[in-house]
Amino acid sequence: MSATATAPSGDNYLNHEKGLWSWLTTLDHKRIGILYMISVMVFFLLGGIFAMLMRTELIAPGRTIMGPETYNRVMTYHGTIMVFMVIIPGIPAFLGNFIMPLQIGAKDVAFPKLNLISWYCLMVGALVAFTSLFYNGVDTGWTFYTPYSIRTHTGVTFMVLGAFIMGFSSILTGLNFIVTIHKLRAPGMTFWRMPLFCWGLYSTAIIQVLATPVLAITLLLIACERILGVGIFDPTLGGDPVLFEHFFWFYSHPAVYIMILPAMGVISEVITAFSHKTIFGYKAIAFSSIGIAAVSFFVWGHHLFVAGQSEVAGIIFSFITMLVGVPTAIKVFNWTATLYKGSIEFKPPMLFALGFLFLFTIGGVTGIMLATIALDVHLHDTYFVVAHFHYVMVGGTLMAIMAGFYYWFPKIFGRMYNIFWARITFVLIFVGFNVTFFPQFILGAMGMPRRYYDYLPAFTSLNRISSIGAYTIGLGFLIALIVILQGIFGGEKASANPWGAKTLEWSTVSPPPHDNFVTEPIVTAGPYEYR
Amino acid sequence: MIWQLSSLFSSIAHANGTFMPPDGDTIAPLYDHLYLVMVLMSAIASLIVIGGMVYFSIKYRRQTGRKSAYITHNTTLEFLWSFIPFCLFMVAFGWGWYVYYQMRTMPEDAFEVNVLAQQWSWNFMYKSGKKTTADMYVPVNTPVRLIMTSKDVIHSMYIPAFRQKQDVVPGRYTQTWFQAPHVGNFHIFCAEYCGMGHSAMLGIVHVLSKADFDKWLETNPYKGLTPVQVGQHLFQQKCSVCHNPTTERKVGPGLQHVFGSMVQLQGQPPHLADENYIRTHILHPSTYSVQGFPKGVMPSFQGQLSEEELTGLIEYVKSLK
Repeated sequence: MSATATAPSGDNYLNHEKGLWSWLTTLDHKRIGILYMISVMVFFLLGGIFAMLMRTELIAPGRTIMGPETYNRVMTYHGTIMVFMVIIPGIPAFLGNFIMPLQIGAKDVAFPKLNLISWYCLMVGALVAFTSLFYNGVDTGWTFYTPYSIRTHTGVTFMVLGAFIMGFSSILTGLNFIVTIHKLRAPGMTFWRMPLFCWGLYSTAIIQVLATPVLAITLLLIACERILGVGIFDPTLGGDPVLFEHFFWFYSHPAVYIMILPAMGVISEVITAFSHKTIFGYKAIAFSSIGIAAVSFFVWGHHLFVAGQSEVAGIIFSFITMLVGVPTAIKVFNWTATLYKGSIEFKPPMLFALGFLFLFTIGGVTGIMLATIALDVHLHDTYFVVAHFHYVMVGGTLMAIMAGFYYWFPKIFGRMYNIFWARITFVLIFVGFNVTFFPQFILGAMGMPRRYYDYLPAFTSLNRISSIGAYTIGLGFLIALIVILQGIFGGEKASANPWGAKTLEWSTVSPPPHDNFVTEPIVTAGPYEYR
Repeated sequence: MIWQLSSLFSSIAHANGTFMPPDGDTIAPLYDHLYLVMVLMSAIASLIVIGGMVYFSIKYRRQTGRKSAYITHNTTLEFLWSFIPFCLFMVAFGWGWYVYYQMRTMPEDAFEVNVLAQQWSWNFMYKSGKKTTADMYVPVNTPVRLIMTSKDVIHSMYIPAFRQKQDVVPGRYTQTWFQAPHVGNFHIFCAEYCGMGHSAMLGIVHVLSKADFDKWLETNPYKGLTPVQVGQHLFQQKCSVCHNPTTERKVGPGLQHVFGSMVQLQGQPPHLADENYIRTHILHPSTYSVQGFPKGVMPSFQGQLSEEELTGLIEYVKSLK
């Protein structure tokens, strides 16, 4: 591709317009991506501080630094911030917004104004959610189970309204991406020539559009019940608390795939780029994304094996959950096979991608254990589950965010970060992660329930190890923040394609010009033609 | 004293040197067998993927003068690594179903105990009319069925040694069962988040020999005790999750020096803490809200205490000088 040959005189999206106002009113998908980047990083820092406070409290049984009222609030804010404000918008809204139009050769997303509105939805929603801090906080956990969330004298109403508004950010982004991928692909960019990151985003967008409204309505019903006293979930008003669990997980289980499918897309990109080899089983990976998205709507009941749903329903949900394991396993095997006879470079993005493969595999096999219905009876609501979903959400999605960020960093900013220190962050985060969460599998099997402020003396040593691991992760992310800031403001200039990758975004200049490409790209081959 | 929970907790063998709780019922060995097989299968699968990843990463690391191969797919291989995991998942599913079936098939001739969960204690009611809090007593070698409901929010009855867990939902009955082949004491946890005292909502299952159990069923626990001793017993079981017998605050205020004092209330004139005040606080806690404490936290104990027990509690609070 020869688009780089005639780059105009240094005009790019960063210097195209100047001033704070131009950023707050921008319709450029790249600038909106940067807005998301900043907000997600701030939220991640907040959620991380709450995580450190939790692990410090749990370093010993009994009261360490806070009482149970405070601990329950810290736990709730950690969960809600990380889920609704970091992991869900992390990859699609930040990396997806910036990279996807470039990857399919589009000038922008289909609805630029809607794209900006999505970001404002996230901001307003977050603001409303944080208002709860001034109304006695929220102590329900991120799952808002009724009737506790109806009865607690805390700011639940603000938190659920905030999550309701943030949901629209997710729905509108999904809608935007579906239309963009259908309508704005460059000439020659057929569906089967699309990079797998776009396939991941496309499947994610389908879930976002179909599942998020269910959460929105459910949260609104909680607000109705709290404000107006309408009996929907509270049995004393004639409601059914288990109905809430069904509604909640009908969204929140597919939401797990909102979090992981784009991460899988990132990993496909990074592994091919640093193996300098075409992806193994392109169609299998693309189809498995769609397959996971489709089946993900029918597995929510595995969160309710011991909640009081019928045994028959439990067995059916156990079966369908096993089926999701198959496309997931296919992807893992395909990535491993891509390494075979490659030419592998251990640059920081690749280290995070290999870390993803390691941690996600453990998260996956423990997921199968939890899907085995009998095993779940003992393990449900224990630290085993906490460890499992952190292996998937942090070991999976967050490692992928880091891989993607380090991978597209030179494209986004036109500069390169310090490779040595970026590798150090990987070592700290990867080692710290395993030290934190592996002991939690054992704690759970031993019978330590989750969301416990205090625990039996028998659980002390494993909790202490876990807390030390958490501090290691914290240190890793602090160094990563410095590496990123140093790279943005003082990094060396990066070339248009420093990794030698083949997808379309690397064919334009770094940072890309306002209109993405100097001349409209024409695509003549697949995305990973490393011959 | 049987109500000294904390000392009992430390005396219960927990992990037995393994990473699982002790086997306390007939399901536990079946469960552990499946668990062990699944852990091994998971470990082998992880080793194949992670081992392959590490091996390929080292063997095919970038070296000058070596190009990567161009391999797009391999249908046979892809079929195999879809089909083999599918078969393994089906084995896990079927085996899980088999064990689950036994966990959830309630024996018909079981000894029944009614369980009422509330923030933050477990109350047990026996057919003989006997009631206990936090401590459940059951006979050995007898199927026991728990019929459970909740007074307020969702709780979850979790007995790790029995590998059993069942949410306890307000407005309906849920059930679980177990049969303990050995005498012993086992932990009860609340596994569904229920608020401030969630991690303190603990209990113990006491599996007694048939003779001991029958004796226990017949004995009056308060025989020969003074009202203050009855009150102390009940306080340990029902109140100490939230109240200290000292002046130190916990979830609620510490109760030392409270009796006979003027209590500062929110939006109401100060009230003398006499017998009627304490009684109202136990039965209708929302009548008064004490300065410096959030409203509506304390649950009502109406219907759970006999007059004898109420008098005991009031006398005990009186004795905290």
